[in-house]
Amino acid sequence: MKKIEAIIREEKLEAIKKSLEELGYYGMTITECGGRGRQKGIDLKWGNRDFCVEFLPKIKVEVVVLDEDLSPALHAIVKSARTGETGDGKIFVIPIENAIRIRTGETGENAV
Amino acid sequence: MNINAADTAWMLVSTAMVLLMTPGLAFFYGGLVRRKNFLSTIMMSFFSLGLIGVLWVVYGYSLAFGTDHGGVIGGFNYVGLIGVGQAPSSVYASTVPHMVFMAYQGMFAVITVALITGAVVERMKFSALIIFSVLWFTLVYTPVAHWVWGAGGWLNKLGALDFAGGTVVHIAAGVSALSLAILLGPRKGFKQDPMEPGNIPMVALGAGILWFGWFGFNGGSALSSGGLAGNAFVATNICAATAALTWMILSWIYRRPSLLGVVTGGVAGLVAITPAAGFIQPIFAIPIGVGVALLCYYMIVVRMRSKIDESLDVWAVHGMGGTWGALATGLFCSLAVNSAGKNGLFYGNPKQVLIQLAGIATVWVFAFGMSWIIGKVVNKLVGLRVSKEEESVGLDISQHGERAYGGPLR
Repeated sequence: MKKIEAIIREEKLEAIKKSLEELGYYGMTITECGGRGRQKGIDLKWGNRDFCVEFLPKIKVEVVVLDEDLSPALHAIVKSARTGETGDGKIFVIPIENAIRIRTGETGENAV
Repeated sequence: MNINAADTAWMLVSTAMVLLMTPGLAFFYGGLVRRKNFLSTIMMSFFSLGLIGVLWVVYGYSLAFGTDHGGVIGGFNYVGLIGVGQAPSSVYASTVPHMVFMAYQGMFAVITVALITGAVVERMKFSALIIFSVLWFTLVYTPVAHWVWGAGGWLNKLGALDFAGGTVVHIAAGVSALSLAILLGPRKGFKQDPMEPGNIPMVALGAGILWFGWFGFNGGSALSSGGLAGNAFVATNICAATAALTWMILSWIYRRPSLLGVVTGGVAGLVAITPAAGFIQPIFAIPIGVGVALLCYYMIVVRMRSKIDESLDVWAVHGMGGTWGALATGLFCSLAVNSAGKNGLFYGNPKQVLIQLAGIATVWVFAFGMSWIIGKVVNKLVGLRVSKEEESVGLDISQHGERAYGGPLR
């Protein structure tokens, strides 16, 4: 099991949700968050002065997938989240030790 | 004529009520946009209180209500409020101080300019909006106000009826909004990304303030505190209530009874009754209210199917609602209600409908064309739109350096 943490543009959530649904992954957790990347935010001009907007609003999508689904799921997220411009976001993959479905007590891959 | 204390008191209260409509509109529009543009949208309306508040007393009142020149524009005789004092005007509102009448009319100019901004939210440069507003106020609002309400104005002499601003305020603003929205182009991601309203409770709050203020807008347009003000007051509430109810039923038929639908319907009803309120029997506000809800609802559907990003439907609600209201005035108006009015179609005077149509068509063509030209000029001067990055970040931060919600983000 792996957890995918994708930090994405706010407006791409719908597209990512649909692409994961196509792979049969309906469960996910989303968090409204903010972040910056290598560019340290966006530089804007106001008159002659520059100012920097550091943390830009993003959405973090967390979804846990089976190992064999990892690659198609990553592919689907990248494909639907990409615009090609800075600020498209980032994806982290984290190994998951165990999962438990609280209602039934099922554990491991059955609980994903 | 002598000053009447009751009339003056009502006009002072009405002026304050119409003033409150502009912040009300600011919240109405503000709640409809994404939250990264909440402040900028409020700002677009609110700054009109400052900008037009000054321009009105410097030269606007004079151009609209000064001595007539050929039925087209007022003169410079009231520039800087010279001659606008505590005594009543010899021409307008003969029982209240001239400066109270001036202040009351000024609030209409403020909100008319603010109304247009619903079409350009989330993408128009603030500096461009200021320049556009100055030019539009000077070249569109003051002449149209003079034609319709000014002594000697040509639509006034023709007999076109507009009790409180169906043509001057709502058609002028709504049609200009459409023109400017087409010129400006759609928002980034329009029809691709979800653009949900950021805060519908704010929209409802704004609509409530508008409904309240509208009693001053229409009731005050009687320019006195007697029976006519009461007639306009009652008609206003009937029409708003009917349209809110009709809109709720429409939204229930297609989906679910929507709060956004009820408040939009209420505003559409207020728009439609504006030109008619002091010329019709209040009970006719019911057919006017049903009509405006049906018309505006389907006009929004038509607009949404088009490629035009007239973002907050100023045209569909104010432009079309004002058009229906001005036309309906010609159907239902009666001399028994207001001796300064006319009989309409249902009182044996079909000609009034044609006169109303002449007023409607003139303001449509003039407002659309002038807004297009002014928009083009402003685009050449400073550019109408913010940059792509500024649009992504949101206008709150990029244009105003402030955020609607505190904390480390947003």
